[in-house]
Amino acid sequence: MAGVQVANVSRSFGAHKALDDVSIDFADGGFYALLGPSGSGKTTLLRQIAGFDFPDTGRIAIGGESVERVPVEKRRIGMVFQNYALFPNMSVADNVAFGLSVRGEPKATIATEVQRALDLVQLGKLGGRKPHQLSGGQRQRVALARAIVTKPRVLLLDEPLGALDKALRVDMQIELKRIQREIGITTIFVTHDQEEALTMSDRIGILRDGRLVQEGPPEEIYDRPQSEFAATFLGDANIFRGDATGSGIKLPDGTTIKASTGASVPAGTKASCAVRPERIQISTGAGMPDAGGANVLKGKVSKRIFAGNNSTYFVDRDGQTLKVIVQNTGAERLAEGQPVVLNWSPDSTVLIAG
Amino acid sequence: MADQLAIASRRGLRPALPLLLPAYLWLTVAIFLPLSAMVFFSFMTDLPLAGKEWAFTLGNYAAFFSQSLYSRLLLSSLRLGLEVTLWCIVIGYPAAYVLAKVLKGRSREAIFLLVILPFWSNGLVRIFSWAMVLREGGILDTALNAVLPFKINIDLMYSYPAVIIGLVHSYVPYMVLTCYLTLQAIDDSLIEAGRSLGASRRQVLWRVIIPLSMPGLIAGSALIFVPVVGSFMEQRILGGRTGTFYGTVIEDQFVAVFNWPLGAALSFILLAVVLIILALAAPVLRRAG
Repeated sequence: MAGVQVANVSRSFGAHKALDDVSIDFADGGFYALLGPSGSGKTTLLRQIAGFDFPDTGRIAIGGESVERVPVEKRRIGMVFQNYALFPNMSVADNVAFGLSVRGEPKATIATEVQRALDLVQLGKLGGRKPHQLSGGQRQRVALARAIVTKPRVLLLDEPLGALDKALRVDMQIELKRIQREIGITTIFVTHDQEEALTMSDRIGILRDGRLVQEGPPEEIYDRPQSEFAATFLGDANIFRGDATGSGIKLPDGTTIKASTGASVPAGTKASCAVRPERIQISTGAGMPDAGGANVLKGKVSKRIFAGNNSTYFVDRDGQTLKVIVQNTGAERLAEGQPVVLNWSPDSTVLIAG
Repeated sequence: MADQLAIASRRGLRPALPLLLPAYLWLTVAIFLPLSAMVFFSFMTDLPLAGKEWAFTLGNYAAFFSQSLYSRLLLSSLRLGLEVTLWCIVIGYPAAYVLAKVLKGRSREAIFLLVILPFWSNGLVRIFSWAMVLREGGILDTALNAVLPFKINIDLMYSYPAVIIGLVHSYVPYMVLTCYLTLQAIDDSLIEAGRSLGASRRQVLWRVIIPLSMPGLIAGSALIFVPVVGSFMEQRILGGRTGTFYGTVIEDQFVAVFNWPLGAALSFILLAVVLIILALAAPVLRRAG
């Protein structure tokens, strides 16, 4: 096991800058998600760490050892591919045995290790099958067993759950996390699914256009996004844009929004505020206690979407549509067209430098 | 698969007949009838032309077994088939690999065209052009002597290597095409997966790529081996006196000696031997593929 350090890595394909000065420190034993839209460079970064492709500039170290010019077969990594990439001509057991067998391990050792790996992914009895006789979820497990049986220093996963249906994906998320904890391997996981990134990882790195936008634990990125992109890509956010006042922003219409988290932005410069939809209270305004320092806005419900355990209200306010999510507590539901008052605490408001 | 079978059996074969008939009619007329005639000839003492007397005989087949010349020639033809097939693999497979896995876009199309080109030229023209290259004072001889500081005589004409060169040239495109198709179907991520598991490029080649491209190698080998064993044109033109093979003997019977019955019998013995070889190889090849 080992940590991975990526320092100032850049990689261009022709005129296209796929990675632009990216630095991330992946600590030993952690579970990292690289999150970003397609074309953000997350898979390119994973391929640099794996060694399928070499960076133009920058350093990559695994366990403190520089590897940026070391070919993939010498890096001692395990990789799970998006399409699993199981060898169709080999049985499940031979697939898992491949990495040990090319290394020339004795047959008896290979058999024990393969069985242990298959047991770990709960496929102990299916060693004799061919990959085409397995379901998608089972193939996924074989790919994982094959990647970890060689005891790699780091496990790399390229959108491994993308091809599975939703229910199976949730099962596999839990399973993957369990296996990762059990063997304690540094894991780097590429995904475009923000929910997957939030639920599985210890830390998330958000990439956009080849640059690292923000990196940190999921709670920190969700609660204190440092850019509008991070705020809206990881979860939903209502964004207000205006001029910084020192304790928040002033909207073009003169309304002030107070924010007590996030960056400190000098007064007078452009800034924005982000508020998560579930942090906003919505009411008809009747019998509302004095807001006392809260942010208050008036608007009108334009649409309500009922989703069982919660409802999403879209509230029109001065040309902007705000999103509010309300848990289904049995309280009275608001009708479309109803004038409403929104209020939320400055603690829930993140100030972002414009 | 199961669905298709179910549909076919429900509708019966009748709607498919108009589609099948033309092909089968043609095959009947063009292959089955002449071949039946040949089978018939192979059991005759002489051709029933110009009112000649003829009778049924097994003598034509017996001739193969009574004269060791024929079986010796058959063996050397089988060896020739094997050698040409091996050379086609050695030359064609790497080319197919580069076409399928290394080159992309325009350059792939250009190189592909160069591979197909021999198909578009007349077979005789191809062989005679080799004759100009290989003979003493020919293109190869002149070119090498122009470059080398000492005098050498290159005269490959009328030799076994000349026959091999001509045959490999004619048949290597089959190997390139069949291998290209199977290699192209191999997902690049399988190669990457192999390397991520610590396998060197060579190990990935032997353990992943070659086993997965076996169907193409087998198809290409069958397409080359079978016609080469019966071939005669390259042997005649490039082989000279060393160019006597089973195929040339059969050709002699039809063209020169005018002993069609013996020629036909020798042809069917060749067909039987080739079928036996393919049948014996089938289980091994199926496991490999």
